[in-house]
Amino acid sequence: MTMERRNFLKLLGAGAAATASVGLSGYANAATSAGGKHKVVVIGGGYGGTIAAKYIRMMDASIEVTLIERNDHYVSCPFSNLYLGGILPDLSSLTIKYDKLAKNHGIKVVQAEVTGIDAENHSVTTSKGVFKYDRLVVSPGVEFRTDEIKGYDQEVMPHAWKAGPQTVLLRKQLEAMKPGGTVVLSIPLAPFRCPPGPYERTSMIAMYLKQHKPGSKIIVLDANPDIVSKKGLFLKGWKKHYEGIIDYRPAKKVTDVDNKNMSVLIEGIEEVKGDVINIIPPQKAGHIAHVAGLVGTDGKWCPVNPTTFESTLHKDIHVIGDSSIAGAMPKSGYSANSEAKVCAANIVALMNGRETTDMSGVNTCYSFLSEKEAVSVTGVYQVDKEKNAIVVVAGSFGVSPDLSELEAVYAQSWVKNILTEMSS
Amino acid sequence: MRRKWSGMALALGALVMSAAAHAAPPSAEMLSNACGGCHGVNGASAGPSMPSLAGQNKDFFIDAMKKFKSGERPGTVMSRLAKGYSDEQVVAMAEFFAHQKSSPAAQKSSIDRAKVAKGKSVYNSACKRCHLENGKDFEEDTPVVAGQWLKYLQIQMAEFQSGARKMSEKKTEKVKSLTAADWDAVAHFYASQKQ
Ligand SMILES: Cc1cc2nc3c(=O)[nH]c(=O)nc-3n(C[C@H](O)[C@H](O)[C@H](O)COP(=O)(O)OP(=O)(O)OC[C@H]3O[C@@H](n4cnc5c(N)ncnc54)[C@H](O)[C@@H]3O)c2cc1C
Repeated sequence: MTMERRNFLKLLGAGAAATASVGLSGYANAATSAGGKHKVVVIGGGYGGTIAAKYIRMMDASIEVTLIERNDHYVSCPFSNLYLGGILPDLSSLTIKYDKLAKNHGIKVVQAEVTGIDAENHSVTTSKGVFKYDRLVVSPGVEFRTDEIKGYDQEVMPHAWKAGPQTVLLRKQLEAMKPGGTVVLSIPLAPFRCPPGPYERTSMIAMYLKQHKPGSKIIVLDANPDIVSKKGLFLKGWKKHYEGIIDYRPAKKVTDVDNKNMSVLIEGIEEVKGDVINIIPPQKAGHIAHVAGLVGTDGKWCPVNPTTFESTLHKDIHVIGDSSIAGAMPKSGYSANSEAKVCAANIVALMNGRETTDMSGVNTCYSFLSEKEAVSVTGVYQVDKEKNAIVVVAGSFGVSPDLSELEAVYAQSWVKNILTEMSS
Repeated sequence: MRRKWSGMALALGALVMSAAAHAAPPSAEMLSNACGGCHGVNGASAGPSMPSLAGQNKDFFIDAMKKFKSGERPGTVMSRLAKGYSDEQVVAMAEFFAHQKSSPAAQKSSIDRAKVAKGKSVYNSACKRCHLENGKDFEEDTPVVAGQWLKYLQIQMAEFQSGARKMSEKKTEKVKSLTAADWDAVAHFYASQKQ
């Protein structure tokens, strides 16, 4: 019945779109009014991009969708801390490919690097040629502001904030460390991808040290004045499991590193040494968003319309996921997934000449504190029309009342579901 | 109209006009899609502890959300997320999921044949009056349980046994003589059913 209704709406929409292309479209829709087929290009095959591509095709199979991603596979950041802690033996359960997505939904998946976006001409330049679009979805994740950390070299002090070889490198360094060693973890000023992520990482590394490297400790240098997310729960878990292992220091911003000496400087002055140093650099929107002029006056993130996720700077280009300024929604994989669906529905509406629909989004982020315990933060999001911004619905926002074994069980199903959704 | 204006605004170097003011309230599809991150595409879950919502009884869904909201049903994230939706929005989501095609969970290997057989007889004596057709059909606000994930069913049954999740008077009466092994057997029986 839902399908019938959808098809009916689609028929209605097609009529409206035909009228629109004669009356109103202007230069923007020149490409489609001739051929009839609408074209969407999606940049980035991560948490946001895969879902946007898939849901556009699910909602209107007449739209041609091309997904452009530089790699032939994707490794999930969510749960990668569990690999560092030793709960997961490797990253295989966190790795997805794009073949089923392409086959099941008729998405054209192109493995290429996007090097430029021409907003005027509605085209994207890549290492494999030029692609025309009617609407573009940009979900490139984050880029690191490494210029703010003098001497930074990710091969010596990995960030492991994009999962894959970096995560494996950090794990190897931890394994190679002598017992009684010191791990240093540097956390940048918010906003960064995954607000509770650095504290989950602290927990997982501490767990590994406790089990495998007796006498070792982890010094956490947090540029923020305090723990950014789920503070009470992290402190409780650290006290319960990792007393004497975690040395948490707030308001300590790392500005310089010495790769030979294996040390970092706080505000250019105070030196801290480590056997393993994990630097999570400060962040900004993905590189391509900067190249394409999608970044706002803050020089970091992309302002968007809260209903359609269309850039407020360039027409017909939508930005979702970590790169976007999505109001109260945190930079998480679940947010990117939710934003992608909102964006997809409204792109389909716009392409069919229908009214757009207000956004309704969800975020649920789990963090592990030990092998068996996790905690979560949740929120339901909507648009506040007066503020013209995404806000959290009162009552829906909150964290777990306590450390929970049941939440750890649910978290495992969450990652299974969301990665299945992205890859099939 | 909006297009033309925004094109001009852009030419002037100004911002693209906001569409927020013109948008319709969130549709049932918009509301429900957001659940998919945990409950799977259109409510067909791929995770063993996460219930599928596709094909679920509308009235059960509404009742469950109401109980999560009030705290009557124990929950983790749902106790908070349920508070993010109005009664009308809950009804819209309930209808959306009720209309989705359900498919039994892919869990052959975790199902124990002996428990299924035992579960069938427990079902026949204690459950079938309300959980109709081997759990494929429902009565009033009982859920569709056939083909649901085993792990999820086991978590719920543990909560019924511990008293954390309240039961109706009728159910309390029906299940009072069941042992833990009986409950577990029924979970295997439901999980083994094709919807
Ligand atoms: C350690 C850690 C733990 C986390 N845990 C959680 C969690 O538990 N729950 C949660 O919800 N979130 C979590 N997150 C956050 C989550 O990973 C991000 O919010 C999410 O990945 C954002 O999705 P995205 O689509 O914006 O970017 P990404 O998922 O990073 O996808 C971007 C994609 O674009 C591609 N790309 C970029 N530029 C180009 C280009 N020019 N050409 C071609 N391809 C390009 C990249 O290769 C990449 O595949 C965690 C993050 C970290 C680091």
